[in-house]
Amino acid sequence: MTRLSGGLVDRSQTLNFTFDGKQYHGYPGDTLASALLANGVRLMGRSFKYHRPRGVFSAGSEEPNALVELRSGARQEPNTRATVAELFEGLVARSQNRWPSLGFDALAVNDLLSPFFTAGFYYKTFMWPKAFWEMLYEPAIRKAAGLGSLSMQADPDAYDKGFLHCDVLVIGGGPAGLAAVLTAARSGARVILADEDFRLGGRLLAETETLDGAPATDWISALETEFESLPNVRVMRRTTVFGVFDHGIYGAVERVSDHLAEPGDKVRQTLWRITAKRAILASGATERPIAFADNDRPGIMLAGAMRAYANRWAACPSKTIAVFTNNDDGHRTARDLAAKGVHVAAVIDARREARARGDYRVIAGGMVTGSRGRLGLRAIEVSTNGRREWIECGSLGVSGGWNPNVHLTSHHRGRPVWNEALQAFLPGADGPAGLLPVGAAAGHFSTAQTLRSGAEAALRALTELAIAAAPPVLPQSEESGYGVAPIFHVAGKKRAWVDFQNDVTVKDLKIAHAENMRPVEHLKRYTTLGMATDQGKTSNVTGLAVMAELTGKSIPETGTTIFRPPYTPVTISVLGGGDTGPHFRPRRLTPTHNWAEAQGAVFVETGQWMRAEYFPRQSETHWRQSVDRETKAVRSAVGLCDVSTLGKVDVQGADAGEFLNRLYSNVMDTLKVGRVRYGLMLREDGFAYDDGTCARLAEDHYVVTTTTANAGLVYRNMEFARQCLWPELDVQVISTTDAWAQIAVAGPKSRALLTRIVDGFDLSNDAFPFMACAELVVCGGLRARLFRISFSGELAFEIAVPARYGHALMERLMQAGADLGATPYGVEALSVLRVEKGHVGGSELNGQSTAAMLGLGKMVSQKKDAIGAVMSRREGLAGDIRRIVGLQPVERAGKVVAGSHLFTVGAPQNLDTDQGWITSACYSPHVGSMIGLGFLENGDQRIGEVIVAANPVEGESERLRIVPAHFVDPEGARLRD
Amino acid sequence: MLIPHPILGSRDAREFTYLGDVRLVDRPDPTGPDAEAAFCDYVFLRDNPAGVHRELWFHEQGDRSCLVVTRSTITHDILGAELARDFALARKRGGE
Repeated sequence: MTRLSGGLVDRSQTLNFTFDGKQYHGYPGDTLASALLANGVRLMGRSFKYHRPRGVFSAGSEEPNALVELRSGARQEPNTRATVAELFEGLVARSQNRWPSLGFDALAVNDLLSPFFTAGFYYKTFMWPKAFWEMLYEPAIRKAAGLGSLSMQADPDAYDKGFLHCDVLVIGGGPAGLAAVLTAARSGARVILADEDFRLGGRLLAETETLDGAPATDWISALETEFESLPNVRVMRRTTVFGVFDHGIYGAVERVSDHLAEPGDKVRQTLWRITAKRAILASGATERPIAFADNDRPGIMLAGAMRAYANRWAACPSKTIAVFTNNDDGHRTARDLAAKGVHVAAVIDARREARARGDYRVIAGGMVTGSRGRLGLRAIEVSTNGRREWIECGSLGVSGGWNPNVHLTSHHRGRPVWNEALQAFLPGADGPAGLLPVGAAAGHFSTAQTLRSGAEAALRALTELAIAAAPPVLPQSEESGYGVAPIFHVAGKKRAWVDFQNDVTVKDLKIAHAENMRPVEHLKRYTTLGMATDQGKTSNVTGLAVMAELTGKSIPETGTTIFRPPYTPVTISVLGGGDTGPHFRPRRLTPTHNWAEAQGAVFVETGQWMRAEYFPRQSETHWRQSVDRETKAVRSAVGLCDVSTLGKVDVQGADAGEFLNRLYSNVMDTLKVGRVRYGLMLREDGFAYDDGTCARLAEDHYVVTTTTANAGLVYRNMEFARQCLWPELDVQVISTTDAWAQIAVAGPKSRALLTRIVDGFDLSNDAFPFMACAELVVCGGLRARLFRISFSGELAFEIAVPARYGHALMERLMQAGADLGATPYGVEALSVLRVEKGHVGGSELNGQSTAAMLGLGKMVSQKKDAIGAVMSRREGLAGDIRRIVGLQPVERAGKVVAGSHLFTVGAPQNLDTDQGWITSACYSPHVGSMIGLGFLENGDQRIGEVIVAANPVEGESERLRIVPAHFVDPEGARLRD
Repeated sequence: MLIPHPILGSRDAREFTYLGDVRLVDRPDPTGPDAEAAFCDYVFLRDNPAGVHRELWFHEQGDRSCLVVTRSTITHDILGAELARDFALARKRGGE
């Protein structure tokens, strides 16, 4: 056990957990990393490339080494940083990237082969033969590398997303952030504090320094109580602001129940979109190491992290430690650990003038030049003025200085600026508008400075927002120095790691330099420095500094890398925000959905809509039986189909006719009131776009329909045309698709059925002929619209009632038509009926067909302009000789397969001889065989010819006879009956 | 992004559908001598400036106004927004 005294863990309760199957225990307040250290576990993982044994390196979200798999079963999650995984009872954790065990990893042989695996190895080695890359090299490399594994099961947890708005968003709950919140909270401004930790306080929790002479946690607790009492303040713990987006929008992930064994009725995580007028970035700073030979052994960690483990978690990796530093901060670690009773073997301070700040040995001007201990540190080699000595220690704290966490300030390509005194990049002036960096993130490294800068920034933000605020009384705190020397690595022959997560060493940087990969962008990509999931939080600046040294340039001359979202990895699950499975997109239900469901309908997704596909009866065992029956019912009696999904747009105004003239390729303003006309729309590029009907209800009132698929798009285009192209026209449009339930009543007995429900309306052929429309009253007082239009080719009507009456109307029609054989039919029968009649559908109106191809060439008026008219006359479009035809197998039992391509009998089958393709196909109960529609070169002149339909995907070929595209009632007598 | 709607105030860009370059407003004269060439240009060619760009945004999840938004494609700064209808009317009157 290496648990120390004190700390912010709750020793009244014990938490049991396992790591690689072994039982351990820790306390509430522990992270997995702190609990493992307290249990004497230093070895936590294997490195990405060389499979080197690795231990925890940091105490925060910057962790490059201690990546583990958490939980089991479907909740198994790979690559979780042990440093931020909150301990809970029963936590199951496993190390990863090792086989067969963490202590003995067969792939550690990579480490022996490391001379081959240096920068650019993949680029140089796996080049030839080219085909081997996909087949052999890449799979093998991926298998050997990679880190954790996925459960391959669906995520069982719920996720959510939410939207928040505030005056001031404070990012980070350390001293600077808390001072900012305090200032803003008391002004009454709407404040959100987001902190990635589960406990507020930031670095204060890791230090022993006092505020107003008392432990810092006293001050923090008082603030937490105050914030809780203020309705204008929202404190969000376990919440990482991962990105800055345009115009003050911040993305954040709240880990609502990651710290619980199971979320229960809570969501696992929530994705927040926070719109803030101002934001204060109090993200602190991340310590960086000094690279030296064999600096990656378990037990070697950042000095500040070692101090955090001791002070906050009462954990220490070893009873004997040493510190290697180039700045004053490293001495704090020695001082605090010595005070906790840990033996400090030495503080190796690279600065020659260094002096001890406590009772420990200081080696001034010393450098750590090597280490021993295969699975955990045993000793370090220290060189001073050419003299070498080995010092035994189980852990080494390394401090190469602190890098302000400027990440969010560069999310809009803002470039950090080098500060020579601090030897660090500070936020540049070109960061996102309204984002104010404070505290350590802005280069203020003493507590007193951070508190002041937080409060001042809040005041500035509030002043800009014209919110009156007073500066708060801040607690008395330390004004400490820092005094960092520009030492980033120790020269030597052995490998010295810079980027631990991607296994990039000083040697790799030298190779990149020697091979002229010197610009920082090239350096990054060639060596993969900083390209792991930690985005190089502990390595980028060191890498730059080494390259600067090699090139003999300064660090700012060498360049800087900027960061992109996310600050820390974000799960795909939370980005989905719960929009998975049936929630992936909205599901629209027709007005008769519940009725259809009660009838046992089988549904099909058409866009967002769920439509009844067919209505199977108990005796029917195959969908074709149901569809054939429904189709026959329409041809022989009367069928009912919900067609509410068709887009409906109400067009009103004195210029409504003129407006529609310009939208449809055919003329609409000559339409008489009370009549309907079929309309064809083109895209502006001249291709056919959409079809539907225009019904004129009054001089200045049309109702037009669109196809189901294009309902939203056509309406959008109509609004565009109205507002942007012809704003001078007196016309208004509105989509009424959801307002009306519309039911097709089709079949020879449709008139008889409708007569039974209309309130004194003359449905005779003379009074209400084919293509008539009217507003009327049905079912004893319900307002309705009636259109005599036919998609099936039969005598048919479509009746529309306010959507809420759709269900009742369907029931009434079924009841009233029972003796007439009224039969509900679904979209499958609807499609068969339209193919039999030769009406075009989505397969023909596919965006690549011209009006002439569809047999609708005459509908493009030459007398007027309309959208697409000019471009439809282009040579390429006007010259397309493919025409729609009907197709029937020569052998009655032959198959017609949509997608088959059409060839002359006996001709070779290739692109040059291709004459067209089959767009739609179905079994036609009316014809008694399969039938199809297709586009065929000069098809309209080849009626009667036999051609070959080739289906090379299935290796099939069928002889088909070309027939007119009207299998039913080509004269149109039935629908005019 | 937030778009300053001239009637409704600051609105989330996700309420809008992007329609593209504002020159879509300038539909060529279909009776002009080079109508086909003009339409080809209108339909297929767009400027893609790095910098200030005028573009159409349709408030599809809102009041269904088309807006002309002036935006920097580099910084996403929005320099102004007006109703496309007003813009198009002014254009037809020769105001621009």
